[in-house]
Amino acid sequence: MHELSIAMSIVEIAAAELRQQGGTTVAAVHLRVGAWSGVAREALQSAFELARVDTALDRCQLQIEEVAVAMHCPVCQCERAIVSPDDPRCGVCGSAASEFVHGRELEIVALEIET
Amino acid sequence: MNVLKETRLVALRTHVLKHNDVVARSLREEFLANEVCAISLVSSPGAGKTALLEQLLGRLILQYHVAALVGDLATDNDARRLGRSGALVRQITTGTICHLEAEMVRTALLDWSLRDLDFLFIENVGNLVCPATFDLGEQIRLVLFSVTEGEDKPLKYPTIFNSADAAVITKVDLAQAVECDLPAMHRNLQLVRPGIEVLEVSAKSGQGLDQLLTFVEQSRRRQCPGT
Repeated sequence: MHELSIAMSIVEIAAAELRQQGGTTVAAVHLRVGAWSGVAREALQSAFELARVDTALDRCQLQIEEVAVAMHCPVCQCERAIVSPDDPRCGVCGSAASEFVHGRELEIVALEIET
Repeated sequence: MNVLKETRLVALRTHVLKHNDVVARSLREEFLANEVCAISLVSSPGAGKTALLEQLLGRLILQYHVAALVGDLATDNDARRLGRSGALVRQITTGTICHLEAEMVRTALLDWSLRDLDFLFIENVGNLVCPATFDLGEQIRLVLFSVTEGEDKPLKYPTIFNSADAAVITKVDLAQAVECDLPAMHRNLQLVRPGIEVLEVSAKSGQGLDQLLTFVEQSRRRQCPGT
């Protein structure tokens, strides 16, 4: 359950930004979470509901945008989606990746701050 | 009275684990400044991290100043096992936390003089999921998996295998007994982490330990060019 550590970190960052920006509360946090970030969406939502209690974010919603794994295909010579989460090869030609370019994202994109 | 609330959107683009990353970066800088090669080990429980580390510490200590941090939810059994090698060892007991974070590493190192060390090993809590997300400031992350665990482990846990710098297949002395398809293991590793260096070892028979020792010594020379 490392999602609780992550949820607490989100609350900390958003609360600090709220203090800096001025405002009454944070209505929503927009998050980008990669399929290979190691974070489970449902677990993060539950953990966030715990982490926000008794903070300036007590009514805050977590809006999660999922980012699919993408690879650089050495044969197609461009960025490609993978076949499936269980099969991380090029979705077009089936080659193994030379590297992965998306999927590890775990970032706060924006906050909705209420004045 | 209807009070109108105004909401404004503030763009941020901040990594969620910013604090952990900042601590990890400062640890990495400290390791570099003190010419310490920091190597972490991650694997599922029972893959043989401690057994391998016992062998590695026992050999390295003949030539180097070596220390190890060991993360576990409970007990200091692993630290006591590793301490027999003569290396400096400290247990980090995480309680209910399923992974190590950079702050725990920093706290554990507070009263150690990094200047006096050549190698620092960090054995993470046995878990193939949670440790993947947390940078500990290590220069090399070794992911271990044993021949008894199934060839498709890298495909089941791509996040942690993709975050590793090198992979160690452990318990290779049992490969035949459990009908392990070693080439399939190698193929699956390369699929999720293209180009990853892979070593096959057995802490029990000693197979591959020389190669592993060479790998860690080369890592130290690469990470700490002055040594």
